[in-house]
Amino acid sequence: MTAIAVAEATGYPAAPLRPETMPDPAAPPAVAPAVALTGLRKRFAAGGAVALDEVSLRVETGEIFGIVGRSGAGKSTLIRCVNLLERPDAGQVQVLGQDLLALGEAGLRQARRGIGMVFQHFNLHHRRTVAENIAFSLEIAGATRAERRARVAELLPLVGLEAKRDAYPAQLSGGQKQRVGIARALASAPRLLLCDEATSALDPETTAEILALIRDLRDRLALTVLLITHEMGVVQAICDRVAVMEAGRIIEQGRVFDLFTAPREKVTRRFVSEVIGDAVPLAALARLPAPPPGQRRVLLRVLFRGPHATRPVIGEAAARYGIALNILSGRIDAIAGEPFGIMVLAAEAPPEALAACLAWMRGLGLAVEELAA
Amino acid sequence: MSWLTPTLQDLLLEAFWETLAMVGVSAAIAVAIGLPIALLLHVTGRGGLSPLPWLHRPLGILVNAVRSTPFIILMVAIIPFTRLVAGTSIGTAAAIVPLALAATAFLARLFENALREVDGGVVEAARAMGASRMQIVWKVLVPEALPGLIAAVTVALVSLVGFSAMAGAVGGGGLGDLGIRFGYQRFMPEVMATVVLLLILFVQGLQSLGDWLVRRLSRR
Repeated sequence: MTAIAVAEATGYPAAPLRPETMPDPAAPPAVAPAVALTGLRKRFAAGGAVALDEVSLRVETGEIFGIVGRSGAGKSTLIRCVNLLERPDAGQVQVLGQDLLALGEAGLRQARRGIGMVFQHFNLHHRRTVAENIAFSLEIAGATRAERRARVAELLPLVGLEAKRDAYPAQLSGGQKQRVGIARALASAPRLLLCDEATSALDPETTAEILALIRDLRDRLALTVLLITHEMGVVQAICDRVAVMEAGRIIEQGRVFDLFTAPREKVTRRFVSEVIGDAVPLAALARLPAPPPGQRRVLLRVLFRGPHATRPVIGEAAARYGIALNILSGRIDAIAGEPFGIMVLAAEAPPEALAACLAWMRGLGLAVEELAA
Repeated sequence: MSWLTPTLQDLLLEAFWETLAMVGVSAAIAVAIGLPIALLLHVTGRGGLSPLPWLHRPLGILVNAVRSTPFIILMVAIIPFTRLVAGTSIGTAAAIVPLALAATAFLARLFENALREVDGGVVEAARAMGASRMQIVWKVLVPEALPGLIAAVTVALVSLVGFSAMAGAVGGGGLGDLGIRFGYQRFMPEVMATVVLLLILFVQGLQSLGDWLVRRLSRR
């Protein structure tokens, strides 16, 4: 499936097939992690809810790492701990090789200049033009007017806003405002970009554009990106790895493809099913006639992945084992550039044939799961 | 218009200048002192850039104390202070001291409200970019709040015009005083009407100017 076809099918741009920057999980990382959080704990009010509960996280240099969770799961607090907008009660924050918690105020300000941040509501200065907004971080770092002009002139084409140089934020669309936000975050040439729900205030089409831009910038500028979102579609579109947060803890993490195709936790499953749509249509289920005598009916959720993802397994199974297969729902998609298919089948056969068929399918490396009918 | 003798014309003109001086000078002082107080209140408040309850609370109480004292009483109560600052306790200069004090407290609160209107996200973005507190105050808070600050000054100026009418109590002169002495005490309703008309025009002018500036500056 081509990237364009994926984009059309999902509404989000597809990740490039096997990005070079994607770390091989088997090999030890060649460079130090961009972000290493260890045992972070945070509670906002004494006796109040725990925002972070022993959270540890490693973001490797060059990857796009997503943290997904419902609102209140603690993901916002977590990302704000990375540049210490929020100070954890306990734990360690290593960013780009620096122990941020050990820095004094001036040192922290310096370190923050190496970490760009993009916000859900853009947070632009209303009374500054696009160019003046982008130049803000340079201005506070003491760059001269000429230096600022030159840098803004480099950044505007990068985000496609050459024509809006002197416009004010109120004159821009949401997508354009976020482009300004991104250019502003990149002005000080950071190596790490934090995205705090960067596309949550945007419509789906604009979301796709902004995500494509972020991925493109990651590739061109060798950035590391840490983003938080409540939309699994964002993770599917651009992330290399993902962590799922719930009640202040990271409950599951891994490569996006693995997490999507083999989620372990219930919360993860719920998130995943939002995107891959493997829910069984109840109306279709109710209309199935009772199986003939001597036959058993099971509902199967079959996940096609790996080398046999493209093999015509359904037809083969029907022919080999004499099973009546009824497709209730199905979808073929790509996640993080890898194709996969998911299907819910009603299978009717004598019990022995059914068992043999399931064993055969599992032998091919397909994930087959019996659903409660 | 036979009542509008040259003498009365001169009196009106002089009174107008006195009002202008009292309002203008006390407003300038109030902005100069009120803005730092407002910034201090804002920054030291809960959730501010440097929360300092031991400074925030007494400062807030002081501002409220000045604001809750009726102006006519404030004017008389601080006469020793006025004498210290202005060298006299009567006349236009002496009226400016209590006017400036009342306006400072008033403006400090209005400014604080305007600062509170600044989008917290913009401040957070500045922090994330490594801005210092001073930079956040002068490059984010004040510029972003500017339309609100100007609107606050406009409100304060209009209130000052009203307060300045009481300045006659310490011989401060001005249009309001002229209206009382000639229009009321000497039974010259035409003078009273003229004074009121002048004040209405003056306030309208101030308000329009303020509104125009706010529109020009807001960029929303």
